[in-house]
Amino acid sequence: MTAIQPITSPRTLDVARIRQDFPILSRHVRGKRLVFLDSAASAQKPRTVMDAERDICETGYANVHRGVYSLSQRATDEFESVREKARQLLNARETREIVFVRGATEAINLVAQSFGRASLSAGDEVLISHMEHHSNIVPWQMLREQNGVVLRVAPIDDAGELDLAAFERLIGPRTKLIAVTHVANALGTVVPVEKVVRLAKEHGIPVLIDGCQAVPHQAVDVQALDCDFYVFSGHKLYGPTGIGVLYGKAQLLRAMPPWQGGGDMIRSVTFERTEYNELPWKFEAGTPHIIGAIGLGAAIDYVRSIGYDAIGAHETALLAYALRELSQINSVRIIGHPRHRSGVISFALGEVHPHDIGTILDQDGICVRAGHHCAQPTMDRFGVAATVRASFGIYNDRDDVDALVAGLRTVQEMFRL
Amino acid sequence: MSELRDLYQEVVLDHAKRPRNFGSIAAASHRALGHNPLCGDKLTVTLSIADHKIADARFEGAGCAISMASASLMTEAIRGKSEAEVRAMFEQFHAGLTATNEVAAVSALAELDKLAVFGGVREFPVRVKCATLPWHTLVAALDHVPEPVKTE
Repeated sequence: MTAIQPITSPRTLDVARIRQDFPILSRHVRGKRLVFLDSAASAQKPRTVMDAERDICETGYANVHRGVYSLSQRATDEFESVREKARQLLNARETREIVFVRGATEAINLVAQSFGRASLSAGDEVLISHMEHHSNIVPWQMLREQNGVVLRVAPIDDAGELDLAAFERLIGPRTKLIAVTHVANALGTVVPVEKVVRLAKEHGIPVLIDGCQAVPHQAVDVQALDCDFYVFSGHKLYGPTGIGVLYGKAQLLRAMPPWQGGGDMIRSVTFERTEYNELPWKFEAGTPHIIGAIGLGAAIDYVRSIGYDAIGAHETALLAYALRELSQINSVRIIGHPRHRSGVISFALGEVHPHDIGTILDQDGICVRAGHHCAQPTMDRFGVAATVRASFGIYNDRDDVDALVAGLRTVQEMFRL
Repeated sequence: MSELRDLYQEVVLDHAKRPRNFGSIAAASHRALGHNPLCGDKLTVTLSIADHKIADARFEGAGCAISMASASLMTEAIRGKSEAEVRAMFEQFHAGLTATNEVAAVSALAELDKLAVFGGVREFPVRVKCATLPWHTLVAALDHVPEPVKTE
């Protein structure tokens, strides 16, 4: 495995060296440097993640929690060590509060189907925001179909900020769960989740935070936040697809029924009665994504070795540069102007459809997302069907921004803007 | 750049910016809604068929330059044609945009006059559905399909 040298000072983040850790970034598209600006959809993977996945397959793979043989014990140890890494990443109190899932989507569905079905009944309310990803909308609508809960939506303002006063007014005696994003995937808004949790706690309401777009960019401390659930996907954190984390307070998880039945989640089974396993395995039915989890462990190691201070300093500076450069293009209209932005810039260019822009940029090797970003209510709020979204990760630099700006000038020229 | 110019030819950009036959026929004999959920393109095609020929064809909706231009040029191309002729045109148009063999693609489009400007779409497989959505919607209108149609 490639050794990772820790970088101590935030100012010394060496993007050129980081780019070398990501083999795909040395690829060329039609003779041009690959400009990857779609990390909010899925981030590229450093070599250490690929090495970790290959390494477990070549030297230590077996099913976990089953075999008495040493190979299985080693696989189990490696798999469980990732739980500890995830615990440290989120600063959870205990490893049993870390449940492995396929991704944030599955984590939210788990909470809806387990906590939601067991603890919420007809007329109880789930409060979300207007800028949620579909994965933090649809599971609650499905729960509504099942047990008649009411979905309440807190508005956002023209800047793309959560309207906290309106949010507070929507909290009522029937509010039984608050589920909000930490960073809005279509706008880049950093939601003041500390304030959201504080408001919720005044009313004794549990809070779920969708951390998909936050964890790649900033340190998260679930104990300091005092949230009840926190979810993220591995593939947005430079890890593999198909693996993610649900953090839940032990006290809540313990009271929740399992949501899928099968192997691994049981202690004993007879035809008459099944005794469920303890936390966290109660929620991990079936053979888990062992290889993916080990890849996620390497991704967490990678991010922590660079450090969130360095990542934050680099990305904040790059976002400011990108915003400045984009706003100099006269037909660019940036969607959302949050005070605190992370990772994402969504914009329109004149009346040109984002898919046309995406096609033209692609010719220059520039990868952006063009569409509704799985956040159609957000698009509706700003009166657009779709936007172009440029999103940034640790490996992006000013050359990427400059390439994007040059590509947009080509669009302008072609569409005579 | 040259592939892009083939895709966004002047005729395409012109029709995208100033679509012809934009609107709907109040007393349409045929009507259908087309929707591409992936990109959000939506359009309604209305037809007025008399004596087995398309007397009038209009469309309205919103979408990318390729889908708007395709709808605009389609409504011009099908006017005065019989239902059978229109269906045959779509087959040729589709073949011209998707054929793996370039000679076959070029010859399919050659007989379609102005519609041949969409030949460049073949180089952009993900955009084929943009160009064919109006045609799928047209066929749905002819077949009186009540629910919105999607591209393949």
